[in-house]
Parts: sequence; C-alpha cells; structure tokens
Amino acid sequence: MSKVLELSDKGHSVSVEALTVAYPHDDRLLIALQGVALEVQRGELVCVVGASGSGKSTLLNVLAGLERPTRGRAHVHGHVALMFQEAALLPWLTAAGNVELALELRGIKRSERKAIADELLHRVHLDGFERRRPHELSGGMRQRVALARALAQDADVLLMDEPFAALDAITRDLLHQELERLWRETGLTILFVTHNAREAVRLGDRVLVFTSRPGRVAHEVRVDLPRPRSLDSPELAVIAGRITDRLKHEMARTSDG
Amino acid sequence: MAEMAVELDRVEVDDLDPRPRVSRRLRVWSSLWPKLVAVALAIGLWQVVVWAGWQPDYALPGPGPVFKRLAQDLGTANFDLGVAVTLRRALFGYAIAVAIGSLVGILVARVIVLRKAIGAAILGLQSMPSIAWFPLAILLFGLNETAIFFVVILGAAPAIAGGLLSGVDHVQPLLVRVGRVMGARGLGLYRHVILPAALPSFVGGLKQGWAFAWRSLMAGEIIGIVGHQFSIGQQIQVARDFADSEQLLAIMVVIFVIGIVVDSLFGTLDTAIRRRWGLLGSEA
Repeated sequence: MSKVLELSDKGHSVSVEALTVAYPHDDRLLIALQGVALEVQRGELVCVVGASGSGKSTLLNVLAGLERPTRGRAHVHGHVALMFQEAALLPWLTAAGNVELALELRGIKRSERKAIADELLHRVHLDGFERRRPHELSGGMRQRVALARALAQDADVLLMDEPFAALDAITRDLLHQELERLWRETGLTILFVTHNAREAVRLGDRVLVFTSRPGRVAHEVRVDLPRPRSLDSPELAVIAGRITDRLKHEMARTSDG
Repeated sequence: MAEMAVELDRVEVDDLDPRPRVSRRLRVWSSLWPKLVAVALAIGLWQVVVWAGWQPDYALPGPGPVFKRLAQDLGTANFDLGVAVTLRRALFGYAIAVAIGSLVGILVARVIVLRKAIGAAILGLQSMPSIAWFPLAILLFGLNETAIFFVVILGAAPAIAGGLLSGVDHVQPLLVRVGRVMGARGLGLYRHVILPAALPSFVGGLKQGWAFAWRSLMAGEIIGIVGHQFSIGQQIQVARDFADSEQLLAIMVVIFVIGIVVDSLFGTLDTAIRRRWGLLGSEA
C-alpha cells in the first residue's frame, strides 16, 4: 500500500498510453493521434514539437478533458490549467477580474480573492495594471495575465498550446525567462507545445518530436544544457537543428505517402 | 531583467493608449451639432414645401403653426395624460417582452431540441408585420388593452430572443474552452462566460425590440381599440377625423422625439458596453 502511494507521489504527473483520437470527417475517419504514449514526471517541463497537423492541440485538449480519447488512455494527476496562443482573457473583465474569476471558480472566498489576484499579477510583473482591460494591454502583457490566471487555478499540471507563438522575439524571450522562473518557484509540471524547435530546446527538460497525420511520438531528445539557456547559444542551436532535421524528414515522409 | 520586461511593456501600452484629452462639453457638442443641422434642414425643407403651395394650409400646415400648437397642447391635461397612457403601455408591454424574450432566448440557446423546433420560427416571427396580428388579437381578447399588449409583446419578444440567441451562438469558442478549463459548468459557464460575451448582441436585440414594440403600440392605438383612454395614437386618429392637421403633426413630432430619446439611450448603453468589451476601434 505504502509502496503504491509512494509511487504515485513521486511518479508521473501525466501519463498517456496508446492514445488514439479520430474524428469523423465527411464519410471517413480523420486520425489526429495514433497510438501516442508519453509520460511526464512531476515537476518536469516537457516540450512537444511537431509540424501543424500533428495533433499537438488535440493531445492537450484530451488531457484537459475537453475531448475524449477514441482509444487508449490519457491521465493527468491533479488539476489542469490550459494556456493558448491567444491569451483568451474575458474582455469585459479587468486583468485582476480575470484572475479573480479563476479564483472564484475554485471556490475562494470573495474577501480573499483581490489580495491573491494582486499577488499573482505581481508575480508576473504586472503591478499597476490590475485595473486595465485586456484590450488596453499589449500581447505580451495579456499572456502574462493568462499566466497569472493559470496559476490562480492552482493547477498541478500546466498545459501550454503555443502560448508565445504570436509574440515578437524580445517579448517571447522575456516570457521564457518568466515561465522558467515560475516553474522553478512553483514546482509545476508543464507540457509545452510548440512548432519552434529552438523554443522547445530553450525550455524543455525533454523534447518530444511528433510526426504528422497521424500524430505519434517519433523521437525523444533529452536536453541536458544548464539553465537558464540562451536561445542564441551554439549548443542549443545544434540540438534544435537536429530536431528540425528530424521534423523535415517526418514531413517529407508523410507527404510522400 | 524583470524590470526591463515591465518597462518594455509600459512603452507599448502608452503607444496603445493615445486617448485624446478632449473636454466633455466639446465631445457632446461635436456629436450634437450635426443632428441639430439635420433637424434644421428637415424643418426648412418642410417650410419650403408649404411655401410652394403644394397642398392647402389646412392639409399641410407649416412648422410655425405646428410648433405653436404643440406648445399649447403640451400644457393641457388631456394631451399629457395621453402621452402618459401611451408611455405606460409601452414600458409595461416592453418589460414583459424583455422577460419573455430573454427566457425563450436562453431556453432555445440551451436546449437543442427547442433550438431545432423553434429557432427558425423565432426568426420568422421577426419578419411578421405586427399589425397583421391585430385582427386576431381583437377576436381573442376583445377591444381592450390586453389585445394591444398581445401585439406589442409578439412584436418585441422575438427580436429580443433573437438578439440573445445570436449573441450566444457567436461567443468565441476559445472563451468557452477557457471557462470550462477553469471549472465553469452548466449555469456557471453561462453566468461567467457566455452571457457576458453575448451582452452586446443582446443589447442590439433590446434596441430592435423597442423599435418593434413602439411601432406595434402606435398601430394598435391608431386602430383605436380602447375607447375611454386618450392615448397618443388615438389623438392622432381623432385629429385625422376632424381634419386637424396642426394637431396631427404636433403629435407626430412628439412620437418622433420620444423615438429619438429612447434610441439615444440605447445608443449610449451600446457604446458603453462596446467600449468596455474592447469592441470599439480607436474613436475618430
């Protein structure tokens, strides 16, 4: 009994086994994911890289409970928060209001919400912007609010679907640092999806390379570079280059077949 | 480094927010003067037609006599009572239409079977001219206020339900996903995400519903259903019977002004919501 407990305590935060997701499309089945297996340890930051059409977003949706597996299993230990390419803030609420809503839906008392929301916005360096509405914030600031909102959900696992893809290079670089810092402070488990191999190597303990149509884990790369890593470092570029080659290879293979 | 992040973002925000500091009075004036000019032009055109002698004065009096008559009428008990009766009916009928329209809208949005059954019918009802309901209303309820309310509600409620429905339909799917990931389900999802997101479209439906209610009410009163209450519509009909064009036009001015006032109230509400929702572009 104690052994089982210990296992689950130290064990996997995310485990996916033989996961297949297919959609009916016209009169045939469109297979988004086929036989995907992966595991993420508690507190690990794992990146998933794949070209478009590799079912990366489908994987996150299944893990977040927004879609059902057609076959196989996808299990997340604990609560899940999800971040998208768009910040997806509720436009009628202020920055603080968006964070407070996440707290409210978690059942936090009204009297405590404001203080917690202000503290979370402080942690993503948005002091002074609590009363701004999303349309008054820049893209980078909106993603910071989304990050604060994800933290407000007190999730054990944070699923991120190309969250920085629409940002300019400098803002993205800053947000990589912020994410890395918050990840270390909180001990969150993060599954980070991107199509950018450099970004994946910059952030991930491991990088999983997905094939396209149907999506499958084709390859796994463990990144042992010391943190914090620089996007421009030659070591990082070498690893990212290998991943990109692999992706190109996969894409060529699927377009041939 | 974090400091730098904030500084960078601050610069961006200042760029994003070039709200001109214009005084309130100037803003009101700049939106008011084109309207005043339009009114002046319309009255001028009216006067020109009268001067041209297209119709005799007793059929089409000029603005001068009409406004003089209006000034006299506005003080009389009968006239004011008529306006009060009509406004009371409009507000009461509209309030019921809002309640019914919202309820039906939310039910149809929520329940798929209902949606399939009457979603199209709601749109169809909107295009039904409300005056076509009057004969039936009279047969059902007799010559009384209930018949008027029946038609006012049938005119307004579908537009209100339709506004809510299309608002719910056009909520960004991403926001719904976010709501669900945060743990909002069922009614909570509606309260926190879907209904606020649908609000701008709902206000559009409310505005359209008011227009339908007001038209239906005028039609009903002009048909002259209720005998003992001297409403605006009835006064217009009496003025016609006595060939009293001055009175008739004076009342039409009142109807027009009420329409404009209510419309501008809705306009203010609409702009406030759109600004808050971030749906307005930079104001020119």
